[in-house]
Amino acid sequence: MTIDAARGTPRGTVAEPPPELVQLLTPDGRRVEHPDYDAVFTAQEVRSLYRDLVIVRRLDEEALALARQGELAVWPSLRGQEAAQVGSARALLPGDMAFPSYREHGVAWCRGVDPVRELGSFRGINHAGWDPREHNLHLPTIVIGSQVLHATGYAMGVQRDGAEDAVIAYFGDGATSEGDVNEAFAWAAVQNAPIVFFCQNNQWAISEPTERQSRVPLHRRADGFGFPGVRVDGNDVLACLAVTARALDDARSGLGPTLVEAFTYRMGAHTTTDDPGRYRPRAEAEAWLLKDPVDRVKTHLLSSGAADEAFLAEVEAEAARIGTDMRTRCRELPDPDLDELWDNVYAAEHPLVEDERARFAAYLASFEDVPR
Amino acid sequence: MSAEDLSLSRAMNEGLRKAMEHDPRVLVMGEDVGRLGGVFRVTDGLQKDFGESRVIDTPLAESGIVGTAIGLALRGYRPVCEIQFDGFVFPAFNQITTQLAKMRLRSLGMLELPVVVRIPFGGGIGAAEHHGESPEAYFTHTGGLRVVACSNPSDAYTMIQQAISCPDPVILFEPKRRYWDRARVELDTSGAVPLGRAVVARPGRDVTLLAYGPTVRTCLEAAQADGNRSIEVVDLRSLSPLDEETVLASVRKTGRCVVVHEAPVFSGYGAELAARITERCFYDLQAPVLRVGGFSTPYPPSRLERHYLPDLDRVLDAVDQTMAW
Repeated sequence: MTIDAARGTPRGTVAEPPPELVQLLTPDGRRVEHPDYDAVFTAQEVRSLYRDLVIVRRLDEEALALARQGELAVWPSLRGQEAAQVGSARALLPGDMAFPSYREHGVAWCRGVDPVRELGSFRGINHAGWDPREHNLHLPTIVIGSQVLHATGYAMGVQRDGAEDAVIAYFGDGATSEGDVNEAFAWAAVQNAPIVFFCQNNQWAISEPTERQSRVPLHRRADGFGFPGVRVDGNDVLACLAVTARALDDARSGLGPTLVEAFTYRMGAHTTTDDPGRYRPRAEAEAWLLKDPVDRVKTHLLSSGAADEAFLAEVEAEAARIGTDMRTRCRELPDPDLDELWDNVYAAEHPLVEDERARFAAYLASFEDVPR
Repeated sequence: MSAEDLSLSRAMNEGLRKAMEHDPRVLVMGEDVGRLGGVFRVTDGLQKDFGESRVIDTPLAESGIVGTAIGLALRGYRPVCEIQFDGFVFPAFNQITTQLAKMRLRSLGMLELPVVVRIPFGGGIGAAEHHGESPEAYFTHTGGLRVVACSNPSDAYTMIQQAISCPDPVILFEPKRRYWDRARVELDTSGAVPLGRAVVARPGRDVTLLAYGPTVRTCLEAAQADGNRSIEVVDLRSLSPLDEETVLASVRKTGRCVVVHEAPVFSGYGAELAARITERCFYDLQAPVLRVGGFSTPYPPSRLERHYLPDLDRVLDAVDQTMAW
């Protein structure tokens, strides 16, 4: 903050102790209690969460490899954010609706989306790989923060239906600076909409650290809008699940929105086109390695006796099978038909679209000897 | 069904009311649309009759209006958004162009967004800055949107209903200086002109005037005032899609064409019309397509707007030029 320092100390900056992080599983795999979240997890549940974490990480590694091999144009890796995504998504009920950004591969997995269907947009063959209504997972939104308003409107629809579903909106630390996200906060508050704002604070909006977005811890943004904000250890799958489940329950029971800030770290680059070496010290990522979201669950499973090495090996083998299958089918994904350029621009017939389609077809047909 | 003598504002109100009675999924949302009934009274009385959950006084956030309308549409509702004035649509521009327009294509046709965005547009009411603009070309440039403009009470009544029942997003421009124009409105819409079609508002032989929204009346008055030439006036009604058939038939008949809109001429909708007409009926033209419209400046203070807006004299001056070519 050199510029501010030259002018004086900004008022209202937090010179307070760091806010409490809701944590139920420490980085070294110890299960700890939290006074506000007396959640109970069976051994079976923890094993199942672990399975999702491992598979999601494996799929991410496969996709990263596909991008490096040129099979995908780009890939935004979720490495480091597995617990935030799996924990929050596993808290959803089937009727709940989720609105993702573009890095929510773990959420997609938990909502039952076939992993290969996530790859189409990164391979350049479509903009959407799944039916949002089938999975209650909306399509990824790339313009930062736009989907948070869609989620809020959807939650208003839930209210008008008299339904008991809840809605979750995913976004990142950078998005909290967007007008749309702040409008959504104001809107959801006055409408008392059944929504959870799930912010994955992975510390970096491409090259900009969270200090470039906010003077206050992000979950405290909620204070001014009049609803609760909670900071959770985003690398702790149990805490993410417990905190999100509570927030969803609150939404369902008419208590209105909650902002959850999952404090996590983007271990990789923003996307495969990015080079974090230009803006952040290697030591920072190395420090976060010690808080790895997958390792701590593995340690916990073994030390608590909830699982043995054979189970871990079985999960690894299953993840490898799913990963290989995705990789194979990615390469087989067909290119889109030319007609898809014009199909679905409008529902009803549109003379301009039909005119351009016909003229281009005639143009192509003029190349008699060119195989198509 | 009977006909009633209605102002354009009232006709729009009756059309909205009919759509809301017909389909409980239709919602009205915007700034001051509820208790106040809208600054132009287009939504007058609707909240009283349909309740606060269907006629929603929103926060003052235009991106929020369109963004939440998208979410409501994804849940199965049919929101009708009011943007209070043309100059206030820009905070919602991102939601309209990157989200509303693209959702059908992005979802391979799985999702549809039957959202209507109503925008009072155009000048001539002596208003403050940002209250007299004509931003239609920004929207016609965006595939996935249907962009229409009404010019009279009858079309206001039918077009709002057609827009609401349309499965695509529709941007409906309403000529704010014509809100208090009155006309007989046929309440039975069964024989109405479809949403995407233009109409010949006044037949003529010598020259075609192409207009939409507030300038349709300007052109009709100009045609009426001109005793020497037989002037045809086409009310485009739909800007995207353009009803080329009606437009080209008129120009082929007259051989001369003048486009009249309030928006700046440079890069305006008239440029598309001129180019398209030239491509399609070059050999039928006796003169180049001329354009009459606003200047390539920000909208002026209202004491100057009479010079900025196309009026009867500027329209007839262009008619003189094309006839003398």
